[in-house]
Amino acid sequence: MTPERPVLLEIEDLHVSVGDREILRGVDLEIAEGETHVLLGPNGSGKSTLLNTIVGMPGYRITRGSIRFKGADLAGLEIDERARLGIGIAFQRPPAVRGVRLRQMLDVAAGGELSGAEVSALDDDLSLGHMLERDVNMGFSGGEAKRSEMAQLLAQMPELSLFDEPESGVDLDNIAVVGGAMNTLLKSEERIAERKRAGLIITHTGHILEYVNADVAHVLYAGRLACKGNPLDLIEEISSHGYDACVGCKLCQSL
Amino acid sequence: MPESLKPELQARLDEIRIAAESAVDKPAALGPDVDIRRFRTVSEQQKIETLESLKKQVKETVIHSGFVADEAERSGSYFQMDRTPIYERVQKAFDDAIEIMSTEEALRKWPEEMLEKYWWRAVMPDKDKYTAIVALHQTEGYFIRVKAGRKVEKPIQACLFVSESNVSQNVHNIIIVEDGAEANVITGCNVHVDVKEGLHAGISEFYIGKGAKLTFTMVHNWAEDFSVRPRTAVVVDDDGVYINNYVLLTPVKSIQAFPVAKLVGERSTAVFNTIVYGLKDSIIDLGSETQLIGEGSRSEAVARTVTMDRSTVTSRGRLVGRTNDCKAHLDCRGIVQSPESTQWAIPDLASEGAPGAELSHEAAISPIAAEEIYYLMTRGLPKDEAVSMITRGFVNIDIPGLPDVLRRQIDKAIEETSKEAM
Repeated sequence: MTPERPVLLEIEDLHVSVGDREILRGVDLEIAEGETHVLLGPNGSGKSTLLNTIVGMPGYRITRGSIRFKGADLAGLEIDERARLGIGIAFQRPPAVRGVRLRQMLDVAAGGELSGAEVSALDDDLSLGHMLERDVNMGFSGGEAKRSEMAQLLAQMPELSLFDEPESGVDLDNIAVVGGAMNTLLKSEERIAERKRAGLIITHTGHILEYVNADVAHVLYAGRLACKGNPLDLIEEISSHGYDACVGCKLCQSL
Repeated sequence: MPESLKPELQARLDEIRIAAESAVDKPAALGPDVDIRRFRTVSEQQKIETLESLKKQVKETVIHSGFVADEAERSGSYFQMDRTPIYERVQKAFDDAIEIMSTEEALRKWPEEMLEKYWWRAVMPDKDKYTAIVALHQTEGYFIRVKAGRKVEKPIQACLFVSESNVSQNVHNIIIVEDGAEANVITGCNVHVDVKEGLHAGISEFYIGKGAKLTFTMVHNWAEDFSVRPRTAVVVDDDGVYINNYVLLTPVKSIQAFPVAKLVGERSTAVFNTIVYGLKDSIIDLGSETQLIGEGSRSEAVARTVTMDRSTVTSRGRLVGRTNDCKAHLDCRGIVQSPESTQWAIPDLASEGAPGAELSHEAAISPIAAEEIYYLMTRGLPKDEAVSMITRGFVNIDIPGLPDVLRRQIDKAIEETSKEAM
């Protein structure tokens, strides 16, 4: 890690409730420019809640703590204002929007009309083909929906990209394509000093890490980040011993 | 009327008149009743030499329905002001392909052919008081014929304009697309900005020949106190195609129309696309009926309705299968944007002794889902722009042959109304 790099995302003592239920209970997280972080944790531990809170989805109520992005407090900023500040997200299950074509979504994400060459570059990378002229996510297969999400992020080129289970419901060919797009976005194959854009990836299986280099992984457990460590080591530990044993282990907490 | 008609033709005219007289007080099956006796018939107007000589205000009004004074992009034009066809012209290049005149002139020219094949042959004069008033007190209407085998790409435009208040314009329109011919007709019905109350009763009888195709686009631009009662029937022969696009983006007192497509020919097709914005106190009752009679006939009806203010919109769709090999689908969706507006979606399917008929429908009235708005916002789009983009997508059904000016007009209406809805 390179601590002197400017911090992009700074989360402090974040408590978030959805309805009456407190889901996040004091999350602390810092992501600096160029870093790629992984978020692990059992189902229902609040991983998607954390992502949705960062992008500003309604219904996620911050009861304590703060989220700062590039030094600015995100409280009170609308979803679109956060997006224009440089936060992007690839949803796990994006909604279908009748009458709005993927091609239009790419222009929206780019903040202006993309040139034909830019669209065909995205098409080449992600095999968008006929999807471009279809209503976004309307009848898209699992792989198509992920490729469409990646295309929108590539058009947006946000400084911080959030990925909610980019490999779920996707076959191996598509994981490779999605992983390739994530690499383009995060430049994870380059030395960290060369990178500017950062990422936060939710994954259950870690399959996506065969395509994307991540710097550090966190385990979200019972509403808090219980431990952090080397992504591949942590996944290995969790798959052999489970989350309970993993967060009980003192080793990674000292990292 | 022709002066010396053969007795059997005169007998037919008498028959039409007697039928109409029996229906002068017969209310329509649908829509609010209009007291037609309150209105006098529209007046005579001066003919004009060129469309450019239309008053600026008239030009600006009719352009909203796709009618342009510059005829370079049109193959022919018909302009009726009140009761007078003030302008009829076919562009030189299409001189031998298209005939345009008033229906009364066509009846004078070809009484035998008109009465036997077209004149009140698709719509019945005693259907209700609105057909009756046209049959008894007709004030012209357009006649358009596209000759066999001629494919006319540039649209033919027709405009029925009302410039006075407290009148009824009772037009009878006939379009004939002969075998193998193709045409694209854009009609606009407009009223002068100063016109308040009035009635437009319009009979339209369209005949699509074998292998012929008609794309008929109608844009209505009425006034808040105007009542509109069109009565339309279309007969489609073997392999013929009829595409009906209807757009209503301005307030009206009440409109009720239920055009009928009779797919009598084998493999004939009818498509109805409808975009309706209910504004102010408009009462709008629209729909279509397709009768699938010929073997292999197909039909699709797509309607998108948005209601604002205190408007009421009823969106009907009826499919009647009368042959084993037929297939038809209805798709009507609505968004109610004002708590004081009402929408009805009424799909209506019937198979009459046709066990093989495949008829289906999707009808939905629902708001734009919040998660769709948030989704667009995560890509950087402000909320109001996200709402208008989704609304535009909702009504922007793929309408073939829709002129750019209309597409822009629709976009503008959506832009304005979705802002109001925020």
